[in-house]
Order: sequence, then C-alpha cells, then structure tokens
Amino acid sequence: MKTSRFWAWLVFVVGAAYFFIPLIATFEFSLRMRRGVYSFDAYRVVLGDARFQETFAYSVTVAVFTILLGVFLVVPTAYWIRLRMPQLRPIVEFITLLPLVIPAIVIVFGYIRMYGSNSPLPFLGSARGTDALLVIGYATLALPYMYRAVDTGLRTIDVRTLTEAAQILGAGWTTIIARVILPNVLIAVLSGAFLTFAIVIGEFTLASLLNRPAFGPYLQNIGANRAYEPAALAVIAFAITWGCMSVIQILARFAPKSANRPN
Amino acid sequence: MADPFLSIQNVKKSFGNVAVVKDFNLDVGAGEFVSFLGPSGCGKTTMLRIVAGFEEPSAGKVLIGGKDVTGLKPNQRNIGMVFQAYALFPNLTVAQNIGFGLKVAGMPKAEAQARIDEMLGIIKLPDFGDRYPYQLSGGQQQRIALARALAPKPKLLLLDEPLSALDAKVRISLREEIRSIQKKLGITTIFVTHDQEEALSMSDRIVVMNEGRADQTGTPFEIYNRPSTKFVANFVGTLNVLEGTISDAASGTVKINAEEIGLKGKLNGSKSGDTLSLALRPEAISLGRKAGNDSNLTGQIADVHFLGSVIRVRVGVGQNVVSLDTFNSPSSPPPVVGQKTEISFSSGDVLVLH
Ligand SMILES: Nc1ncnc2c1ncn2[C@@H]1O[C@H](COP(=O)(O)OP(=O)(O)O)[C@@H](O)[C@H]1O
Ligand SMILES: [Mg+2]
Repeated sequence: MKTSRFWAWLVFVVGAAYFFIPLIATFEFSLRMRRGVYSFDAYRVVLGDARFQETFAYSVTVAVFTILLGVFLVVPTAYWIRLRMPQLRPIVEFITLLPLVIPAIVIVFGYIRMYGSNSPLPFLGSARGTDALLVIGYATLALPYMYRAVDTGLRTIDVRTLTEAAQILGAGWTTIIARVILPNVLIAVLSGAFLTFAIVIGEFTLASLLNRPAFGPYLQNIGANRAYEPAALAVIAFAITWGCMSVIQILARFAPKSANRPN
Repeated sequence: MADPFLSIQNVKKSFGNVAVVKDFNLDVGAGEFVSFLGPSGCGKTTMLRIVAGFEEPSAGKVLIGGKDVTGLKPNQRNIGMVFQAYALFPNLTVAQNIGFGLKVAGMPKAEAQARIDEMLGIIKLPDFGDRYPYQLSGGQQQRIALARALAPKPKLLLLDEPLSALDAKVRISLREEIRSIQKKLGITTIFVTHDQEEALSMSDRIVVMNEGRADQTGTPFEIYNRPSTKFVANFVGTLNVLEGTISDAASGTVKINAEEIGLKGKLNGSKSGDTLSLALRPEAISLGRKAGNDSNLTGQIADVHFLGSVIRVRVGVGQNVVSLDTFNSPSSPPPVVGQKTEISFSSGDVLVLH
C-alpha cells in the first residue's frame, strides 16, 4: 500500500517537473533582459511592438470568424445527425478526426493547387480571398474539437423529444435551433469556441504558407531573431491558452441542469 | 358517428417490412376523451404520432375537423401534445415554456402574459412562473407540460403515457386533474396508456389495441363487461377462466368437470363436444348459493386474502382456480382454507371466449 503510494507520487512529481521546469526556466530567462536584475523589459518590448499588436489583432479576428463558421457548420450538422441520421455518426466522427491525421501542410498545398489565381475558384488571387481560405482551413483544423464538444452537449439533452415538443407548438427549424437547441448546448459550443481560439492564435503552417500576417509566423520570426523576447512571448502564449482553458472550466459550472429525463 | 371531429381512416404503418399499425379506423367526436389502451409495443405511440404528424402513414388518412391533414407538418396542425418525458425546455422558465407556442404564433406580449397567468391558474401552480423545470417535481413538470400544450388553444390534445413516469399517488391525483381540465375546456383528447385502470377511470371511450389493430372500441363499461375478444377480456381487469365442454349444443348445456351449467343463447354456432373457455369477473361470482344466481359449481377454498373491507378468496374448481371477492362482515368469520364450498353466478355474466 505504502510503496504503491510512493511510486504514484514519484511519477506525479517527475511528470510535473518535466512540465514545469522548462516553463519556469523560460519565465526566469524572459526576466533577464536587463543585465544583473530581473525586469519585465522583454514583455514591455514585445507588447509595445506594433507588429505584435497587428498580428495579434489579425489572429483574433481570424479566430472569431473561424468560431462563427465552425458553429454554423457544426451545430446544425451534429443536431441533424442526432435527430435523423444516427447511422451516419461513425462516418461523420471519422471525417471530423481527419484533420488530426492529415498534417496542415498537406491541406495548405492542396489549397494552393486548388485555389490559385488561375483556378476556377481563385481564392488566393486577393488578400480577402486568402483570409477566407485561412478561416476555412482553421475551421477544418478545429473540427475535431468543435464537433466533439457540441456532440457531447447534445447528448445531455433529449434532442428528439425537445424538437418534437417545439414542432407541435408551431415552431419551424430556425426557431428550434435558435431557441431550443443552441441555448441548451451553449456551454458546449463555448468550450469548443475557446479550443478553436487557442488553436488559431498559435497556428503557424497555414498562415505562413498562405503568407498572411498572423501571430504564429510573428512568433516564429521573433524566435529566430531575438534572445529574450521569444521567451516572453512563449509565456504570454501560455497564459492565453491557460486563460481559455480556465474559462472553459468556469463555464462548465454554469451548464444548464437538465430536467428532461424522467427519473 | 355523424360528424366526427377526428377521423382516422384505414391507417397502416410499417417500418421496413414490420407492420406496426394494421388498418386502424376510429372516429372521435368533438370534446370526447378517447384512450388507446394496449400492452407495450402494440403501436399506440406510433398511431398517436401519425395523428400528430411526426410519422407519415404508409396508407390511409387522418382528418381533423373534416379536413384531410395527412400531408401537413406537425407545426401546421394546431395540436397540443404532452410527452411521457415531460420535454420541458430546460433553458426556459415555466412561464417561458407555457408562452413558447404563443410567442411562435406571434401573440402580443401583454396578451401572452395574460394567457400564461390563466394557464398557471388552471393547473393550480399560480406562483411558479419564474422557476426553471429542474426546480420542479415530476408531477409539477407534467402539469406545466399540459399548460404549455393547452396555451395556444389547440383543437386536439394528444397525451402519450403522460403519467407513467410518476409515482402512484401523484399519478392518481393528476389523472383526475387532467380529466377535469379536459372537461372544463371541452377539448377533444386522445390519451395513450398501458394502464387499464387509467383508461377505465378517465375515458369516454377506450380503444383496446392489440398488435397494431383496434381489437375493440367502446365505453369503459362495455369494454369491461362485454369484451369482444379473448385478448380484451384478458387485458382489461382480472378474469377467471373455466375450461368446459359442450354436452348439448341445442339446450346450451356445458359441462365443467362433472357438473353442468346452462348457457342458452351464448354458444353461437358451437357444436356438441366442442371445448370452450368461459370467463367470469371476480365480482360476478358469489361464495355459496345466492338468490338470482342460476349456476352453481362445487370447489374447495385454496387461498384467503384478507384485504380489510374486502376478502379475496381463491377457490379450486376441478383443474381451475377462480378468484372472487366477498365483503368482510364483522359477525361472520372468513372462510377457511381447505373447506368444501359452492360458488354461484348468473349465466348472464359468463363471457364465452372464442
Ligand atoms: N421509428 C421506428 N423504426 C422502427 N420500428 C419502430 C419505430 N417506432 C416504433 N417502432 C416499433 O413499432 C412497434 C410499436 O411501437 P410503439 O408504437 O412505440 O408501441 P407502444 O407505444 O404501444 O408501446 C415496436 O415494436 C417498435 O419497436
Ligand atoms: Mg408508447
């Protein structure tokens, strides 16, 4: 009994050390810009950099559009599959997993070939078009997380009966999705949204190869050319991701209590 | 029926090649309360969902108020429905739930609020408007679901086993409440249940369903006292079955064990030597001879259950065991197990099952 607890603790401590030591070291290093004393100079430089602000704002905007596209795509799809085509579930789950298996670089080369300025769909012919393509690409990358989050949310409510109850009261599809389904899976949708946000903010491959001024390529560029700033940026990026995770945790507490199922 | 409000005509429904509803016909008058009664899986819900428009019949049609609605979507039929699982919207308050249909129909806010308050009054939960469904008991939730269904003033109310998720006491009080609200509003209602007591106590008429067919349609009195098939007789109420052989078809004599009873005019078409099943309700059998009972059989007391005001006695008659009820009388002791006895009944109460 005692020995097994000892080993459990040891594994935990080693794991935690493996995770935290580089983080702490990075943080410590990021404070050493000024010779001899700890200071937040590196952070001041990074946050004051116009390129930081531009690329960050750009990526946040792209993230917002990606989330909207994801929600419009995934909520009705997951809902319809639960309601009418449960036999399609394994197929759709497989499709939503593909982005985890297919590297982003494959997707982006596909895009470049398919949507070049000479193609019938010249997305890449203009900056706006490329932005749109980037959003679509990110929505694909976020699909596994978004779909799973929404599908899990739908599992907590009795989709079919609630739909029928709304239908018999005269509601059409738009009303049903907007007033009955979406509010009941809102927390799940939000957690999918924050995961999407975390992915988009740090993504490098798509943005770089499509040559868009996103945060990911900026991070890479700084990392290659400066000493202390990349460490500060890494800590900031970590803070953003952790912020998103904590928001998801907090939101989960507000999930609506389901009183649908009789006991 | 001269002018039925709801008319179900030759409706059939198959899922794949499984026939679930087989040629269902029913006319329901305006304001009538009709129950679909039958065992689980006999197609009650499917038939109700066809009326609601959630399922399309494979054949036949449904008319509401004389109008063919077979091709209409559920949200075009002006029907109220209550589900077994309550199906209240968990994100909406009680008042918003009741007001859902009103809002969808575009009713002005003040008018809708008045209607919501009226409905909360009718279901006797006037102060519950601001609560959420998860804060309510099952019985309260189901009353809200009823109010939500009735708020838009539908022409037809459908209830699919609305009481079966509730505990016994709530079930009985809600039974009475649903019936009294239905009478007060005069709304045509179809009530699906597998509980015979519910159907018998609430309905104007009962449709007993068996494997996708309406075996018998009639008032609770008719269904209970004159079941037309063996299935109905067995499914509704407790039934004692005695196996007999016709000894003389012409005079209507039937032999049970070594004794004979007369069943003139009940044997329609059976021949001498045929065996048949005779059914009797417990309340139609008396212990000992009794004035007015023309048939007697001898037996032996097998079992005595003292239930208070009523004593349920089981008597062995040859191979058969029959249950009968006698009232408790403080001055005479209950029968004793093993005692020889006679039972008597009126041949008019015997149901001949074919
Ligand atoms: N959508 C469906 N697909 C296939 N079979 C179904 C479907 N709905 C009901 N059934 C079958 O039809 C039969 C009757 O079901 P139902 O109408 O729900 O019975 P009840 O309400 O009387 O218990 C059952 O055997 C059930 O499995
Ligand atoms: Mg059913």
